[in-house]
Amino acid sequence: MIHSSPGSVDATRRLILKGAAVVALAGLAGIRFGLAPALAAANDAYPDAAFKVKGADGAIQALYGKTAEKSDKVRMDAPEIAENGAVVPVSVTTSLPDVTSIAIFVAENPNALAASYRIPAGTMPSVANRLKMAKTSNVIAVVEAGGKLYSASKEIKVTIGGCGG
Amino acid sequence: MASTIRIRATSSGDTTEVQALIQHPMDSGFVKNSAGELIPPHFIQQLTFEHGGKPVFVADWGPAVSKDPYVKFSFKGGKKGDDLKISWIDNKGASDSSTAKIQ
Repeated sequence: MIHSSPGSVDATRRLILKGAAVVALAGLAGIRFGLAPALAAANDAYPDAAFKVKGADGAIQALYGKTAEKSDKVRMDAPEIAENGAVVPVSVTTSLPDVTSIAIFVAENPNALAASYRIPAGTMPSVANRLKMAKTSNVIAVVEAGGKLYSASKEIKVTIGGCGG
Repeated sequence: MASTIRIRATSSGDTTEVQALIQHPMDSGFVKNSAGELIPPHFIQQLTFEHGGKPVFVADWGPAVSKDPYVKFSFKGGKKGDDLKISWIDNKGASDSSTAKIQ
């Protein structure tokens, strides 16, 4: 059975190989054309990749490309215990000069980066918002000032998780 | 359709304090519905505030921002009666915008 029509098997094989090659080429072309605009727009665009990283250190690295040092000049206001993880009020403020952005990370969430705020010149380096927390976690505020990163962190205990658990 | 954006901008001295509340489900993509199926992610990705044609505050949000998000910030240079424009776009491409007068 197997050797009954070697010619047609060969032909089929060639077709499959040819098909695979075409797919591979198309894939390469797709990457080449797809990536260029994404990179070009990366400066001002939504930091999609940074929002998909597990763990706070990795997410800080993905968003800024560097690490943060702890600073007592970054202040975070948040409750010690959040009864409802779906709505946790967190505010971040700093006395540092030349602030260009503030980001907030929830270490134990499925993806750590929660929100990132761009602070143009003339806007106060202070922001208040409400975040979801899956469970008790360290929350890290990162302030970018003068091209460097400064952080403050606080553990917030969550009684009822905010991710539907 | 009524606007999804509620905004309050108050000027005192040379700073304007802005508070915004937006109606949006902010589905994270990790929550299941009553039938046990995952609710697909649906959240605001970018929220921009503009004054005098320039952005004064840009928020990049992930799905960990609470449902019906709230945000507060302040900036310098706004005067009573000035326009403040706010707009958002979500991960499905939906968007809304609104303009408020600084009070």
